[in-house]
Amino acid sequence: MANKILVFVEQVEGKIKKSSLEVVSKAVSLAEAHGYSTEAVTCGKEVDASVIAEYGIASICCYVNNNLVHYSGSAYRDILLAHLDGGEFRFLFAANTSQGRDLLPRLAARTNSGMLTDCTTLEIDEQGLTGTRPIFAGKAFEKAKVVSPLQFATLRPNVFEALKKPVTPELTIKNVDTINEAEKVLEVKGSDGKIDVAEANIIVSGGRGMKGPEHFTLLEELASHLGGAVGASRAVVDAGWRPHSEQVGQTGKTVSPSLYIACGISGAIQHLAGMSSSRYIVAINKDKDAPIFSVAHYGIVGDVFEILPALNEEIKKIKS
Amino acid sequence: MNIAVCVNHVPDTAAKVKVSEDHSGIDTAGAAWILNPYDEFAIEEALKIKEKTGGTVYVLSFGPAENNETIRKALGMGADEGIRIKPGTAADSLNVARALAAQITALDCKLVFTGKQSVDYDNGIVGQLLAELLGYNCVSVAVALQIDGTSVVAEREIEGGREVIQTTLPAVITAQKGLNEPRYASLKGIMAAKKKVIQEVEAVTMDPVVVTQSFESPAPKTAGKILGTDVQAVPELIKAIHEEMKLV
Ligand SMILES: Cc1cc2nc3c(=O)[nH]c(=O)nc-3n(C[C@H](O)[C@H](O)[C@H](O)COP(=O)(O)OP(=O)(O)OC[C@H]3O[C@@H](n4cnc5c(N)ncnc54)[C@H](O)[C@@H]3O)c2cc1C
Ligand SMILES: Nc1ncnc2c1ncn2[C@@H]1O[C@H](COP(=O)(O)O)[C@@H](O)[C@H]1O
Repeated sequence: MANKILVFVEQVEGKIKKSSLEVVSKAVSLAEAHGYSTEAVTCGKEVDASVIAEYGIASICCYVNNNLVHYSGSAYRDILLAHLDGGEFRFLFAANTSQGRDLLPRLAARTNSGMLTDCTTLEIDEQGLTGTRPIFAGKAFEKAKVVSPLQFATLRPNVFEALKKPVTPELTIKNVDTINEAEKVLEVKGSDGKIDVAEANIIVSGGRGMKGPEHFTLLEELASHLGGAVGASRAVVDAGWRPHSEQVGQTGKTVSPSLYIACGISGAIQHLAGMSSSRYIVAINKDKDAPIFSVAHYGIVGDVFEILPALNEEIKKIKS
Repeated sequence: MNIAVCVNHVPDTAAKVKVSEDHSGIDTAGAAWILNPYDEFAIEEALKIKEKTGGTVYVLSFGPAENNETIRKALGMGADEGIRIKPGTAADSLNVARALAAQITALDCKLVFTGKQSVDYDNGIVGQLLAELLGYNCVSVAVALQIDGTSVVAEREIEGGREVIQTTLPAVITAQKGLNEPRYASLKGIMAAKKKVIQEVEAVTMDPVVVTQSFESPAPKTAGKILGTDVQAVPELIKAIHEEMKLV
């Protein structure tokens, strides 16, 4: 009888990611409400996975091999397929990250399973999963149901809360002898410790109103005071002021941080699509009619070159 | 080498999206429809490779007759052949991938491009599904690609960085912005594309594994508060961040 929920947990350099712990918490609460048991699985070189038990999953399986230090679609797929074999599992959940969204569809295709991507709500009934997912970059929501025997979902980061609920870890370490290196990561570039906009809890974002790439230091300073990341509008990315990895919006990243501060961004529909689900939105713009104010919780109608230095000054004072 | 590019036909990103009154669908009346933005990068990459190594670029789209418009756009950019797969009954992502896979196998394409995501339903999975159904290697969200014979080195965007991936053909690559600069269709290309016959085939589908139930609009935003018009407003903003949002 398939009565287990499996959570695929990601690690980076041996450390478990927060977005995965959010998924663990959601899995635990669904399991309790509907009489399922839970298990977590992770892959890596050396993983300290016991933290998973602090969030309520005791049964933790770690697949270990020196060459699992980086993600490999082919290797992870084969390991997970073998793990899913045997019919114990009804559900597999993961965070909607670059790994989750690469891995789960592969497993879904191989097992003829349905999957819901980027869910912001997730429920279980007798037939299985029902989830809500933003579509058209958040301009609408789709409610969809999975009807296959095995069912998958990826959960949007920063939406579900990671709740402490300590249990005693039961760790199983499985040394994998050979891994499928048909796809092999040679190198990981440029992560230099910066928080990615898609994962940041606070985003300070700049648009064409910042007037030039050199003025983004104002935003970087604010982001570093707040422990957040810098984001950008497409106009700024297209002008080459900022890298595309920072672009927020329909053809950039969809973000839902606790706080999004939009500086000199007009609020075009494609931009709003990527950030309007943020918990708090603050807008600084000199045009009082800018559409960004229609989604902002707080706004300042003013010049970013006056407001931002003052804001940085004040926050610095509080912090020290 | 035969190269397949899968393209989707989607409402313009500037379109207002309205949920129908009975919540059963999305009302896209009045929206302009476009070639899915990420699929432009997919087409460009296929054309660049064809220009170097020769071969035929096939454009495949699964969907109604309107999708021919998007197929023609791709042909106008320089793709060689267009094929539209007529959908059967309810199509979930797995069925779209299955239908595409059947054509790709028939056409013997060892290199397949998709976009990283359709900007309508935002699933971002058809490329990966396709790769597994075909038994091909896969690089999703690619921002750089080099192919030499059958060896592939690609860069894939991840949180805060890039993975450099080594793999081999046959492969499916899903294109992210940054992979290249898509060309515009030339007038000559557009004229030639108009004359091309788009082949139409039936989809082979199975029972769907994902079923849409309903649609919702986002909760209406309550009007925000303008704190002021100059630096005087800064302390109040900090107070809000500190006391209400509890973030500093
Ligand atoms: C297919 C497609 C996809 C797109 N995808 C995206 C996307 O993913 N993300 C995205 O952001 N856009 C996207 N766009 C582009 C979008 O339509 C807008 O063009 C873009 O968001 C505008 O960027 P902006 O707000 O920085 O610039 P502008 O619209 O030029 O706005 C600049 C703002 O700065 C204000 N300003 C100027 N000077 C100051 C000052 N000194 N102090 C304070 N305020 C000042 C102005 O009042 C103005 O409101 C897309 C467009 C298309 C067609
Ligand atoms: N109906 C379709 N016809 C052809 N290609 C598609 C279709 N749907 C999705 N794709 C391809 O798969 C990619 C990812 O789509 P999706 O998983 O729907 O977000 C798109 O960028 C397209 O390249």
